[in-house]
Amino acid sequence: ENMAKNSLPARNRQIEQLTNLFGEKHHHTVESLYIYGHTGSGKSCVLNHVLVGNDLFHVVVNCIECYTTNLLFSTILEALSFEEGRIRCDNMNDFVRCLRKIVEEREVEETLYIVFENCERLRDKDPILLPALLNLKELTGLNLCAIFVSELPWEKFYNGTAIRDPYVMFFPDYSKDELVEVLCHLRPQETDLEFYKQYVGLVLSMFFFAFRDLRELRHLVEINFSFYEQPIVDGKLTKDDKHKLWKNIEPHLTSSLQKLLMREACNGRQSNEPELTESIKAYDLSKGNTVKSQNLVELPFYSKFLLISSYIASYNPSSTDRRFFLKHAGRMRKTARSMKKDDHKNCHLRGPHSFPLDRMMAIFYSIVDEVVPPSAGLFSQISSLVSLHLLAQLGQDQLDMPKYKCTVSLDFITAISKTVNFDVIRYLYDFV
Amino acid sequence: MNQVLLDVQSVLRNRLFGNETKCRPDIEKFQQDLKDLITRSVEYGESNSLLVIGSKGSGKTTLLRTTVDLLQKKLSKTLIIVRLNGYMQTDDRIALAEITRQLHLENTLGDKVFGSFSETLQFLLEALRGGSSHSSQPILFILEEFDLFTQHKNQTLLYNLFDLAMAGLTPLVVVGLTCRLDVIELMEKRVKSRFSHRQLYICNQWTAENYLQAFSDMLLLDAGFCKTTKHKSFLERWNSNVVELSNNASVQDILKRQFSISKEMPSLQCLLVQPICKLNVNHQFITAADIADSARNVFSDPKANILHGVSVLELCLIIAMNHLTNIYAGESFNFHMVYNEFLKFTQKKLHILQKHNKPVVLKAFEHLMELELIKPKETTLSLASKLLKEYQPTILLLEEQQLKEAVYRYPGCPTELQQWLESSTV
Repeated sequence: ENMAKNSLPARNRQIEQLTNLFGEKHHHTVESLYIYGHTGSGKSCVLNHVLVGNDLFHVVVNCIECYTTNLLFSTILEALSFEEGRIRCDNMNDFVRCLRKIVEEREVEETLYIVFENCERLRDKDPILLPALLNLKELTGLNLCAIFVSELPWEKFYNGTAIRDPYVMFFPDYSKDELVEVLCHLRPQETDLEFYKQYVGLVLSMFFFAFRDLRELRHLVEINFSFYEQPIVDGKLTKDDKHKLWKNIEPHLTSSLQKLLMREACNGRQSNEPELTESIKAYDLSKGNTVKSQNLVELPFYSKFLLISSYIASYNPSSTDRRFFLKHAGRMRKTARSMKKDDHKNCHLRGPHSFPLDRMMAIFYSIVDEVVPPSAGLFSQISSLVSLHLLAQLGQDQLDMPKYKCTVSLDFITAISKTVNFDVIRYLYDFV
Repeated sequence: MNQVLLDVQSVLRNRLFGNETKCRPDIEKFQQDLKDLITRSVEYGESNSLLVIGSKGSGKTTLLRTTVDLLQKKLSKTLIIVRLNGYMQTDDRIALAEITRQLHLENTLGDKVFGSFSETLQFLLEALRGGSSHSSQPILFILEEFDLFTQHKNQTLLYNLFDLAMAGLTPLVVVGLTCRLDVIELMEKRVKSRFSHRQLYICNQWTAENYLQAFSDMLLLDAGFCKTTKHKSFLERWNSNVVELSNNASVQDILKRQFSISKEMPSLQCLLVQPICKLNVNHQFITAADIADSARNVFSDPKANILHGVSVLELCLIIAMNHLTNIYAGESFNFHMVYNEFLKFTQKKLHILQKHNKPVVLKAFEHLMELELIKPKETTLSLASKLLKEYQPTILLLEEQQLKEAVYRYPGCPTELQQWLESSTV
């Protein structure tokens, strides 16, 4: 038990609670247990520790891996039985009988613990599955405890008819001090504890405000540690020059903050492969675009204009087409109604709306300078835009009047229109 | 000393988690009716059907089990029991196989059951009709989760069972247990007409005093516990501690609060799990603090717990969504609208929150969706909405009151956020 406490810092209370709940090996315990808490709060870790550390009879299944009930049942049965080879099990009845047979063959008096991780997936399957598993102890008549682990609170699992409530246990998130303790515990082998603690404290002071997920923090701490250590290894600074160390690490931390939560391929591998860093420098991430790099998508000339006209058609109300695209349209009268409409210029917030093909082609012909004869080649470019998922096709009526929606972002389209020397902003209603 | 405590734990754990049935005072009065019914069927060869209806945890299964156990010893003929459960036998075919297996009829060899569904049904019906009310052994069919059996195709199993019960050949008692009060409506007309309409409602008519009494009954150890002198002296101390605990005002308050939420036994058992499991050599008696601790766990709001652990960025987004829901009077919003609100707020208070760029905010938004604090309005996703996930209409699943409390309890919450929440416009 002391071993368990030493290797999992900041989770002592939970370990104690679980050990108390399980009791001696032959003791009966709650019929079903539900553990919930944020990701990275140590639920699976602690559970594993208690079950393996105390040498309890248990099986762990992950409900994401076992996406059908057959897989779920066979995984459990195969883990428990002594025979090699696959066990087929189609329904709950067979599962209960096989489970009873296997456990009785083993002749152990101990409680069997079955752990279902990510159990929120069980809700989507057969509606009878989850209630049956909650009652597994009663159905089999064995000394059994079904443990369900998830991120969501138990109230999300209620469905139509009543189900028996399990004993609920919450794993609270780590506080700032606890995080320091855990991260220091996970440090690489040779480093000095005090030094690492200082470093973790610095990182947390910057990042704790933004987010608290243990996994992300651990990743950040690991990749930036080499930069932190660099001046000491080189001999330029000593461990006491705290101010200079901070100044050295600060730009790295700031750039990490920009790339927060985005595990780009370059993180952590910068020192190893020089040619990789060169190509990655070409990736301009500081703008934070959702673009999949317009350098990688080369469109033919007319396709670009087709895309631009589809964007305009999606984000402009159709009543404004006259004003933008007809020559000599005249000035629009400022009526009271149009004044009110101007206040709500937020088509970009609402999202793209659908437009018929005719409208897009009309806009297309008016923005392209030269005369373009309508040909099959032109229309096939529209289909290729759809298959690139830059346009989305909607509706049932495909032959007569197909409807489309444009799915690209404003940044993307401005970049594209720059390449053809077209000022798309001038034609958008929201920016007039 | 350790041994004494281990024994105490064993006894109490058996009461809470095991099959110990001494402590179910709520169901004793229903035992008589059930006993009469089954006895009549066995002694006089009558066939009957009965439905036992009660909410989850009200003791239906326990009732049946204790009654059957009592009767097994007293009856002249042996009663054959067939136990079916709606959770396990999800189909009539499986149910039929299970019945033939439990009855050990000739066409089963070990565990396998031969023949197709209709053959097996035919065989079973012949076997059961072939008996007479005096010479054959009575059979008791127990159908748990009865309402699930009504969802099978054509309700064939139910129809045949009730039909046989009415036919008056082999003495048969069909007892169905269910938690649905409208179970009669679920049966088809022909099945309903064959059912005897005998219903036993298990409803708990306790008052708060009964509840408190049940609490102390659950914990008091009786004379059967005294194996050695050490046990005996401990027993006296233990029992006096339990009496003291039951008279403690704070414990009574907690019990009354739990009673006002749910009268059933499982709610009482839930409160006692933690204190009982905590007993060891260093902590020999249950204290009022233990009960209070356990109550705190049981009464805690799970959504508030989850909100305690979200990051500051996610909290900002939730507050922004709350404002949008208030402004647009409950209509859905999408990610871009939320991002817009967020930008408006951060532009005013730049020094507090670092500038996060769009992909980071989108990631936080998606995390909130995983935690199910927000939910997309339409559950079926077309291809267009998958491509445009930033424009998908979403709704917030939190009340303003919950949000206010969560922000108030949030560790290290910047005051600007609290002010933003309380202001009605950004």
